[in-house]
Amino acid sequence: MAIPGKVIEITGDKAKIQYGEGVVNSANISLVEVRVGDYVLVHAGFAIQVLSEAEAMETIALWNEMLNTGGFPDA
Amino acid sequence: MFELRDRAMAEKIISKIRDMDQQIRIMHVCGTHQDTLVKHGLIDMLTQVGVEVRQGPGCPVCVTTPQEIEETLALARAGKTIAIFGDMLKVPSESGSLLKEKGKGADVRIVYGINEAIELAEKIENDVVFIAVGFETTAPATASILLGKPPKNFSVLCCHRTIPEALRILVTSGKVEIQGLLEPGHVSVITGSKMYDFLSKDYKIPQAIAGFEPLDVLMGVYLLARQIKNGEAKVENAYTRAVSPEGNLKAQAAMANVFEPCDVKWRGFPVLPGTGLKLRPEYAKWDARKKYSDILAPVYTREYDEPPGCKCGDVLRGEIEPQDCPLFGKVCNPSNPVGPCMVSFEGGCAIEYKYRRKS
Ligand code: SF4
Repeated sequence: MAIPGKVIEITGDKAKIQYGEGVVNSANISLVEVRVGDYVLVHAGFAIQVLSEAEAMETIALWNEMLNTGGFPDA
Repeated sequence: MFELRDRAMAEKIISKIRDMDQQIRIMHVCGTHQDTLVKHGLIDMLTQVGVEVRQGPGCPVCVTTPQEIEETLALARAGKTIAIFGDMLKVPSESGSLLKEKGKGADVRIVYGINEAIELAEKIENDVVFIAVGFETTAPATASILLGKPPKNFSVLCCHRTIPEALRILVTSGKVEIQGLLEPGHVSVITGSKMYDFLSKDYKIPQAIAGFEPLDVLMGVYLLARQIKNGEAKVENAYTRAVSPEGNLKAQAAMANVFEPCDVKWRGFPVLPGTGLKLRPEYAKWDARKKYSDILAPVYTREYDEPPGCKCGDVLRGEIEPQDCPLFGKVCNPSNPVGPCMVSFEGGCAIEYKYRRKS
């Protein structure tokens, strides 16, 4: 299970990641290019991807549009 | 920013699927998808609007074979320190389980990832063997650690498997006819969405990549239903906030450096060509199968059967639902699991037991 968290501090290959409001844990960031403030997906102690905040914000809007305009059967 | 649980939106997606007025069957290959589907009651909602969702071999612990469990047990009995994910501990095999070995004094440590296994190896003198299970989501972590030249007393029993080729086999030889594939979000984070193109091209199978919030999964199903209705077969991405066409190139490079593909058996399946990962010869000194070939040799002298009566193979091929297994909820339950699907939190039987029908 991978969970999203925010990078709050970077030291070499390790970063402190904050999940939700509180919990902070260390994760290995050798598989991604990240900066403090980025959101990452963390799986088994490794950040595996940087999440696109813009995409996340737009997801619902995009889907709504798709359902309203591109949705079957009026596609 | 990641709370995708809006009820009105869910109902809208469901009603759009209902409007398509078709009876379809799709498959996913991800334990976390199954969790979301069952936990939030989506499976029943979808059945009511004509979509049957089957689970495939998407639980990494479950597809691990009896032989791999026996390898782990042999190493534990030989006095090696075993570092392993918690849900592998109870997986029963013919000659016992790690939990039982631990009870008898074997040094078995639960870790959340390979980084903790390394920290352990740095702290203790004894040989530490990390049991590396998982798909593309965890294999890059193993690769990254090995690239960093871990300590001498550390090694890896590599049980990693990869998804795309296995899907080809599911699509072409499965007994269950499936009309669409819901692709696993976090595997796709690494592989990228392009990795699946061949399936739609060669086998005309619709595909959608989905994340793990309820709306992610519903949207993935909606995209599949729409493709099926329109007679299309392509790869659509409902998880763009994490999955790009190319995937995580750094992770792919690490994997390519450390692993080479190999043929491997999956529980419930025969040997699936090219779906396993083994360490390249340069990493032989961290390869538990090379390092401890003498300890492991006896394991390979025979075949190991599935636990008697257990239908995990059928569950993993999507041919039956957990409650169709005669042992489900009776002889087999989370405190007395007969097969791995009742052990792992990503296992179909454990998920079914936790949220729904208990027998
Ligand atoms: S219910 Fe138990 S015995 Fe039956 S398939 Fe699932 S894990 Fe195996």
